[in-house]
Amino acid sequence: MGESKLDLLQGTLDLMVLQTLAAMGSQHGYGIARRIEQVSGDAVLLNQGTIYASLVRLQQRGWISAEWGTSDNNRKAKFYAITAEGRKQLAEDAAYWKRLAGVMGRVLSMEQEGGNS
Amino acid sequence: MIDSVRRAVNRLLSFFRKEPLDQELNAEMASHLEFAIEENLKKGMSREEARRQALIRFGGIAQARQQHRETRGLPVLDVFLQDLRFTLRTLRRDRAFTTVAVLILGLGIGANVVVFSVVNTILLRPLPFPNSHELVWIAPPVQKCGMSCETYSADAFDQFRALSKSYQGVTGYMAFSTADNLRLTGRGPVPVPATGIEVIGNFFQVLGVQPALGRLFTPEETLHGAHPVVLLTDHWWRRQFAADPAIVGKEIDLNGTPSTVVGVLPASFDFGAVFSPGAKIDAFTAEILDDERTWGNIVTMIGRLKPGVTLGQAQAEGLLVEPHLCWSVKRPESCGSYGGKGHSMQLRTLKDYVSGRLRRSLIVLWCAVGLILLIVCVNLSNLLLARAASRTKEFAMRTALGASRSRLVRQLLTESLVLSSAGALLGLGLAFTLIAWLAHQGSIALPLLSSIRIDASALAWTILIAIAAAAFFGLAPGLKMSSGNVQEALKDSGPGTSEGRKHERVRSVLVISEVALACVLLIGAGLLMRSFLKVLDIDLGFQPEHAASIKVEYDDDAPTDEAKAAKLSVIFQQILERIKALPGVEAAGMADFLPLGQNREWGTPTPKGKTFAPGTLPGPLVYVITPGFVEAMGMRLHGRDFAWSDNLKSEPVVMINASAARVYWPGEDAVGKFLTNGSQDLRVVGVVDDIHADTVEGQPGWQIYYPATQQKPAGIQLVIRTALPPTALAGSVLHALRELNPKQPAAEFRSIRTIVDRAVSPRRFFVLLVSIFAEFGLILATLGIYGVISYSVAQQTQEIGIRMALGATQGHVLREVMRKTMILAITGIMLGTVASVVVGRWIASLLFGTKPTDPVTFAGMVLVMMVVALIAGYIPARRAARIDPMVALRGN
Repeated sequence: MGESKLDLLQGTLDLMVLQTLAAMGSQHGYGIARRIEQVSGDAVLLNQGTIYASLVRLQQRGWISAEWGTSDNNRKAKFYAITAEGRKQLAEDAAYWKRLAGVMGRVLSMEQEGGNS
Repeated sequence: MIDSVRRAVNRLLSFFRKEPLDQELNAEMASHLEFAIEENLKKGMSREEARRQALIRFGGIAQARQQHRETRGLPVLDVFLQDLRFTLRTLRRDRAFTTVAVLILGLGIGANVVVFSVVNTILLRPLPFPNSHELVWIAPPVQKCGMSCETYSADAFDQFRALSKSYQGVTGYMAFSTADNLRLTGRGPVPVPATGIEVIGNFFQVLGVQPALGRLFTPEETLHGAHPVVLLTDHWWRRQFAADPAIVGKEIDLNGTPSTVVGVLPASFDFGAVFSPGAKIDAFTAEILDDERTWGNIVTMIGRLKPGVTLGQAQAEGLLVEPHLCWSVKRPESCGSYGGKGHSMQLRTLKDYVSGRLRRSLIVLWCAVGLILLIVCVNLSNLLLARAASRTKEFAMRTALGASRSRLVRQLLTESLVLSSAGALLGLGLAFTLIAWLAHQGSIALPLLSSIRIDASALAWTILIAIAAAAFFGLAPGLKMSSGNVQEALKDSGPGTSEGRKHERVRSVLVISEVALACVLLIGAGLLMRSFLKVLDIDLGFQPEHAASIKVEYDDDAPTDEAKAAKLSVIFQQILERIKALPGVEAAGMADFLPLGQNREWGTPTPKGKTFAPGTLPGPLVYVITPGFVEAMGMRLHGRDFAWSDNLKSEPVVMINASAARVYWPGEDAVGKFLTNGSQDLRVVGVVDDIHADTVEGQPGWQIYYPATQQKPAGIQLVIRTALPPTALAGSVLHALRELNPKQPAAEFRSIRTIVDRAVSPRRFFVLLVSIFAEFGLILATLGIYGVISYSVAQQTQEIGIRMALGATQGHVLREVMRKTMILAITGIMLGTVASVVVGRWIASLLFGTKPTDPVTFAGMVLVMMVVALIAGYIPARRAARIDPMVALRGN
């Protein structure tokens, strides 16, 4: 067995969904879920069903919009698209995450230098 | 920020669209799985495997749906609705409990809302004038000489207005108007009596009252010789003039003079409610001060402070202005006669003048009703605990099935909230009825009472106390119940085990506190009740029973004062002869003012040949009376009554009251002695016992009586003493008066008793309410005792059965149960009595002739409480004694 899958931190899924929609354009729930799995190299432990709670939350905040439509292979599905407000929010959150990740990386590497094991 | 608001709104909307949203989610999830299966099939999986993998990757469908619902909606509200539905179901099943609980709460909350509305109307709400905090009442403190010492002469009024800089405006009204002082003629066969008040021209402007129709008085209309003008009150305009919209500008005949109606006042303005509680005023006329320069102290003073001027600053200025005021500017010696030690003007806010003296009573009332709510809550707590005991298993089962403690407490709180809301609704209904009734009680002389209503703040108060009550009586049983041991409760298969005992101890404590609270209320009410009886027992100096009065109109038009006096004397004799001849009339007489009504003072007569230090002599209240009045009022006289032969040609005579006589000639008989008023000697022909002229409860002051044949009366009240019910005479008296004077209006025939009743009505009102609360408290405490004892009897049925089987007699069992009752009752009563001593001291200022520790009241109320407690315990005790051991033992 390789490394165990990562548990998602609260709020990270929302950001992933926003980023996915920003990158791919209009997409349905399954498409978003698959995309996240693929991009993360299947390293994320994602019950695909949980994506729908995230989608409704983002929709209620007005960051994404939803519309029923037909997929390439002629199947009815609900398609989500990021809104202008969503893009603004994405930019803010992404910047925050990058800063946090940078800081976390520096702090953690400092501990490794100090340790003697 | 905006997105959080949007999300909150969306969540709320989703809450109401569960069905469609769920269906949409189902469709979405179905399509999701289809996509997944399709992809898996492409990877070469079998149909079944593809489906299985898709479902695994998706996670639980039910979980996803639940997560979706919780995210999009309001889970808290969902849980609350669930609790609510469950509560309504259980309460419907337990109908008897629900009915009792809602009824008790309804009464408790209703009483609180009513009292709050009374307190709010009289004490808390500002007076119904714009910026009413600026209005001040300018007068010396209340004294024995009545209204004359609280008013100012026309000259002093003008001077004060000119010299004071603190006010936007100073105004006032004529303080000595009597009821039915106007006669409206020319509208129907008989003159219509009406009550009018003369006001200073700027009265309504200073108060900030705008007319509903027409205009207010102008300065020109207050000058000597101006054409008479009148403002109508809303209710008189509606009743007498059928709300004629074109009334403004019309002439109406008042007291025989045509007066122009210049406007109609708004319905919201009620002079009587503010300045003379209970009085109904019909019209206002403009006071022409120039015509009243020699009338003495006649006007009240009301000022509106300039913005930013404090009461203290105005008071300081008032004290500087006061010494410059003249009773009459034409008499320099009268300048500086206002003020002096203990008589200096004392500014108060108008609000304080109107309702200040009721503050203590109202606060006591408020506390009493709060106590009631407390008892109600304790009682409900008790009832809920009893219910909880029988629901232990239900709750244990729910805990075992995974309900958290907070969830159970929430469930129980929902239950109490539902109960208290239902109670609040019932209470509001009761309060609405009672308040609508109170608003029309003209016979209760409380200020502003006519404007009482349930307003927004009363509703807010209702909600507040309903929630507070729910928290109070729901939380204790809730915590108690949810902390139970699940295993024990589930194992516990029947009544009579230790769990019940633990509940019982809490319940006993509750009952004891209930009894103690009820005891405090009962003793407090007892003290007030005894005071009230003492007040009713006061010797007023006259006999209010079997006497009645009516205002008489007469025409004294004559060229000279002598001719007028002679004419009056004839008219009065004629009237009295006719009236005395009526069947049933025992005595009749006349006076210009009646006791406990209007009063006034004129100067300070001194005993002839004696000197008193200035300021030590009383200024007596003055009554101008005819022969026969003393007898008709049932007053006690030493010496002789006035006679018709006492007239302008004979020696001036007076009567004085006993208090004045004691000051004028201590230790001597005043009859036959002389008083002097500076210009004339007055022979004292009689001394009457003091009458309570000003207040029922206060000490009577000094009074002097002049004969109507020597001094001009200010209007005439005819007093009749009869053995018949006074109303039976009304027709024949009015008929006789009409025969002598066709202009006699259909004035009200008032029994003297109602005048006294009016004077004591505030006390009666408070005593009535507090007694009702006390009785309610007593009933609740009784219910509490009954509940606990009968519950413990029911719990111990088996035990009692065994004991009886082993030889205990019915008497033993009875005594045992009664002993338990007595322990509860006596503990509660002892605590309550101790608390009552403290409470008694606190309400001491409201008591009359009753000590705060009045032993009779204490003993009586404790006895009542004991007897009631005994009865409450006896019923279950007898039930216990009648337990059939065979049935009891087989029972389980």
